[in-house]
Amino acid sequence: MVPTTFYVLLSAALFTIGVLGVLIRRNAIVVFMSVELMLNAANLALVAYARERLAVDGQVLVFFVITVAAAEVAVGLALLVAIFKSKRTADIDEVSMLRG
Amino acid sequence: MDSIQIPPIDFRLIAPLLVVTTWAMVLLLVDVFAIPANRKKLTGYLAIAGLVVAGLVAIPLWDVSGSTFSNMVVLDRYSLILTWIFLIIGALTITMALDYLPRHGIEQGEFYPLIMFAVAGMILMAQGTDLIVLFLGVELLSITLYILTGFAYPRLTSEEAAMKYLVLGAFAAGFFIYGIALTYGAVGTTNLALIAERLADPAAETNQLLLLAGASLILITFAFKVALVPFHMWTPDVYEGSPTPVAAFMSVGTKGASFAALLRILVTALPALEPFWLPVLGMLAALTMIIGNLGALSQTNVKRMLAYSSVGHAGYILLSIMVVSERGAQAFLFYTLAYTLTNLGAFAVVIALEQRSNATWSLDDFTGLYKRQPLLALAMAVFMFSLAGVPPTAGFMAKFYVFTTAYEGGLGWLVLIGVLTSALAVFFYLRVVIRMFMHEPQGELEPTLDRGLSADIAIAGGLTLLFGIVPAPIIFLVERSLVAAGG
Amino acid sequence: MDFVLFFLTAAIALAGAIAMLVARNAIHSALFLLLNFGAIAVLFLLLQSPFLFTIQLSIYAGAIMVLFLFVVMLLGAEQVEAAQDKLPWQQPLALVMGAGLLVIAVITAVRGGSNDAPPGGEAAEAFGDPASLGELLFTEYLLPFQITGIILLVAVIGVVVLNQQRTQAQSEETPGERPSSSVQP
Repeated sequence: MVPTTFYVLLSAALFTIGVLGVLIRRNAIVVFMSVELMLNAANLALVAYARERLAVDGQVLVFFVITVAAAEVAVGLALLVAIFKSKRTADIDEVSMLRG
Repeated sequence: MDSIQIPPIDFRLIAPLLVVTTWAMVLLLVDVFAIPANRKKLTGYLAIAGLVVAGLVAIPLWDVSGSTFSNMVVLDRYSLILTWIFLIIGALTITMALDYLPRHGIEQGEFYPLIMFAVAGMILMAQGTDLIVLFLGVELLSITLYILTGFAYPRLTSEEAAMKYLVLGAFAAGFFIYGIALTYGAVGTTNLALIAERLADPAAETNQLLLLAGASLILITFAFKVALVPFHMWTPDVYEGSPTPVAAFMSVGTKGASFAALLRILVTALPALEPFWLPVLGMLAALTMIIGNLGALSQTNVKRMLAYSSVGHAGYILLSIMVVSERGAQAFLFYTLAYTLTNLGAFAVVIALEQRSNATWSLDDFTGLYKRQPLLALAMAVFMFSLAGVPPTAGFMAKFYVFTTAYEGGLGWLVLIGVLTSALAVFFYLRVVIRMFMHEPQGELEPTLDRGLSADIAIAGGLTLLFGIVPAPIIFLVERSLVAAGG
Repeated sequence: MDFVLFFLTAAIALAGAIAMLVARNAIHSALFLLLNFGAIAVLFLLLQSPFLFTIQLSIYAGAIMVLFLFVVMLLGAEQVEAAQDKLPWQQPLALVMGAGLLVIAVITAVRGGSNDAPPGGEAAEAFGDPASLGELLFTEYLLPFQITGIILLVAVIGVVVLNQQRTQAQSEETPGERPSSSVQP
């Protein structure tokens, strides 16, 4: 069996890439995708830890995360469509993002 | 195969939550099928009725405590008082919105059930004793708020604010989940009490480093949600863009619920890590008090000023959270109540002055308000004094309570920063008051005072003054609250 | 055998994630992310979670990614990124922060995780059975399970509400106008 550490390392790398995507990319849709990547990385860690401890709890948590992610994506994309209807862009700078 | 044995469930313990969610779901149907499009206010009244019923249902629970659903939720007086505060927030917000929505052409029946769902999320955050329940509570509240922030579509500022809030909220959710994953990896459970138990047990396989990383990520999430500096950047833009009642709701609701959950996590799960999180929270509190109040100083837009002021107040609330004693929790409850009433009142006045065609929320709108609407100006003065912490208002009592508690708790240097920034804050709050009373009115701005707003302002202003002059009953209530509670 | 499969899938997952990050076209990003999700699904299978494997494929790779692709194509938002970055220092700063995060994460993972293989044996054989997961959902995790239902309901309401037609005359101001948000702190 592959040690849990390997899985967690992979998940940490994926999580970092997701964070970078949110910080760097300007396209709102790609930013959403990066958030999904972060959630997936967390899921991978959860499942790996669940396997290590032979406890199904970790897998149940993943189930909830996936549901919440779906809800978040649905609302986010609905908002994007609404914004697009008002104005034709999905550039997040145009959405005055990060202006403090 | 064996049939599934559902463990015993005590529905009494989540009665307010049940009432709010069920009522909201039924109301959604009633709104669609039974209420005509031009009478949507009725939905609002029904929603308020639901919140009131939930509050009444909660009264007999005062002497009940316990946890159910496999220790996922707990009912204690701490969560009960918070539940009442959240119900009040919901009811006052709906009252504010009753005429605001039609006036701005954004009236839709779904607004009111959505507020109820948000309140349900907040109650969950107050009652949850498991990281996954807290996560779902945060998400229920947040997803509802994304929708409500964008409720003024197709006004672009509203949609943009919702988008920005959603991106940052989802980002924070990612941190939360990763934090939960690491915590789970470290101790093998997400139950708050069990985390503390395993931490204290030398035989259990726990991993401090992993837990520390997980706890930091969870801390970052809550710092985002309550807008602690340096995670506060979104606040002014989101408050400005969202419909004003929603901004009012967010400024008190999200903060109260998130702090409630944070306090429970710190007290129940992580007392062993206090040497780690105490200095971190101290830095955040200091930065938040300073930057929040400095930011408010330069604003000429009242809505943005209130946004920065809410950032500053988050710093004061954090101060009470950091004293992880019963006194700290009491101070937290009292401050939350006082801040809730005051801030909702202030936002209600802002709504009264908000013009449909040209909403700039400029400070100029307040110039000479006393000459036009003396009562409104007086109410606003009360709110400003209370936010600034000037006696005889609830805000003063709350700040006094928090500062003395924090001082006794050994947070002297933070109290010093708190007092200094409060003095600074008096400037910008007083600026509004001076404009209202000392200047002649300019332009032709007519405040729109509908019944809901008047009721809101009267209730909030009256209670703000009442709790400032006779705080004893409330202090008695919050002090009694923690006799039975673990938090 | 396990190791070969793991490193292969891990490499695909990483490649997919990085490619998603750098692809200029949103559709390409979505497809690379799909690759990543598929790889993670395989890892779930390696970790004895057949149920999550199917969920990952049908919900994530299936429903969510299709939704993404659909919206990208509906809006024609593939390449809207051509515009200049408005905050020139942001990209390097993000990279530095990302590198820092990665270092912390790696240290945590290496020092925090156990380097032994997870336990095998009879208990491990029975582990991850979808039935036991379902049982947990309806017993210990009953309340969270109900809450997810409410969250999904709220999301449905939100999608419907946000995309209803409101006539322009009703709205407060004409779109495109951006008043007063220029006040900087």
